[in-house]
Amino acid sequence: MKTVTKGEEVQIGNKIDKPKRRSNRNFIDRIPNKAWLGISLLVAIMFWTILSVLPSTSRSFPNVFLVAESIGTMIERGVFTKDFASSLISILSGFGLGFVLSLPIAILMAWYRPVRFIIEPWIQFIRNIPPLAYVPLVVISAGVGRTPQIIVITIATFLTMTITIYQGVRNIDQTLIKAARVLGAKDKDIFLRVIAPASLPFIMTAIRLGTAVALTSLIAAESTGASAGLGMRIRALSNTFESSPMLLYIIIIGIIGLIFEKLAKVLERRLTGWQDKVE
Amino acid sequence: MAGQGRVKLKIDHVEKTFQSRKGEVVALNGVSMDIMENEFVSVVGPSGCGKSTLLNIIGGLTEPTSGAVYCDGEEVTGVGTERGVVFQQYALFPWLTVRGNVEFGLNMQGVKKEKAYEIAMKYIKMVELEDFVDSYPKELSGGMKQRVAIARAYAANPSVLLMDEPFGALDAQTRTQLQEELLQTWEKEQKTCFFITHDVDEAIILGQKVVIMSARPGRIKEIVDINIPYPRNQETKMTTEFLDVKNYIWSQVYKEYLAVKK
Repeated sequence: MKTVTKGEEVQIGNKIDKPKRRSNRNFIDRIPNKAWLGISLLVAIMFWTILSVLPSTSRSFPNVFLVAESIGTMIERGVFTKDFASSLISILSGFGLGFVLSLPIAILMAWYRPVRFIIEPWIQFIRNIPPLAYVPLVVISAGVGRTPQIIVITIATFLTMTITIYQGVRNIDQTLIKAARVLGAKDKDIFLRVIAPASLPFIMTAIRLGTAVALTSLIAAESTGASAGLGMRIRALSNTFESSPMLLYIIIIGIIGLIFEKLAKVLERRLTGWQDKVE
Repeated sequence: MAGQGRVKLKIDHVEKTFQSRKGEVVALNGVSMDIMENEFVSVVGPSGCGKSTLLNIIGGLTEPTSGAVYCDGEEVTGVGTERGVVFQQYALFPWLTVRGNVEFGLNMQGVKKEKAYEIAMKYIKMVELEDFVDSYPKELSGGMKQRVAIARAYAANPSVLLMDEPFGALDAQTRTQLQEELLQTWEKEQKTCFFITHDVDEAIILGQKVVIMSARPGRIKEIVDINIPYPRNQETKMTTEFLDVKNYIWSQVYKEYLAVKK
């Protein structure tokens, strides 16, 4: 008895396709995925270089070497590690708090109708407002410094993660709960042995979306009169038109985002590898 | 075997109405029957005749609007481990391995680890999945998944097995194979079986009795005794006894299908 997994089906598909292909197409097929990443990077740098040469865009896009050099400049000024660390602390604390709050709220929403009906419309409503809009309000109450930064990121991540987890928990296959009950599971067992594992994939998705939101709300969070931070620095540099370090910081934010996503994916594969889904 | 022994399940004037936008829908209208201990009862009827509702009521997953079901003389008021259920959609826990799934009910009942392992392995062997003990459901075919579901139901050691079109989603070949396996299992470890299907062949080959249900509102139209001796297998389907009873049941069911069409 042989089961055909999704991966194998793809293989079979390739085998059928092969005879039709001509040699030039074969060459493209033979490039491994890792090499594509390099090619993609090369194309991006080429594009960047063109932008750095064109008169209309050259002032916003200094060339690769100037940007690379600016790392040294920022380190010399003694702000590079401070900015990096400050942003990371804000993101991680805001995201952590947002996650810790969203988990119980999402479960309560899925469990109790009144909670759902009262909370859900407001979460949906506030979720659509860009954090930058309510930053001044946060500053009025929380002052300047670390606290308002964390509050802004917490709000943004909390909203996204609550909705994601709640929708997942609501969509848990009811037959699984029935199956557990007829096998003798009590309410506590159903929660711990069915609802919790069945929610895990949605929690993982929430974490992935949450880290992305934490990063996108970073600039808003650091416009609260922060003394350091990647977002704060970009704004500060804009006053002196230093586009090389600005571009450097923008790229660093992008890289942090990529790393978060990769980490979330690794965690997802570790914890929810049992899922029947196509990557 | 039928007609002997004691009453295991007593279905007593069970009625079920649902509220829908168009008003009340009567799903079951006064269903009564006795099912004997270790009896294998198949239920056929057009879709929407309330077969699944009846199974859910016996299982304690749904409450009847009026009437009651008694299991061993006691009124059913909720789920109970003496009544196991096999669902059409397998309902395996995707985060547990085959072994984890089969052990689930045993763990819930507080069976000791080594004992649970032993029992689980026995039933995994029974459904011939010993090579897939540590596989996750996503790695199994539909037929294998349903085998796990059957092993899981058996391992929890219920005295009644309620099966809601368990083979409905399988291809014809796998389906006949699982029918034979189920019969062999039932002959080895007798349990009271309540088996819902829309496949008349399947109902006859498995059941000692075939209950024909009428179109909505669901009622028992007729109960046909199947006097074909066990062990039965695919060859049984060629015998005149089988074909005669099949013709009869099919014509009765067909009338109900026509009633639904109207």
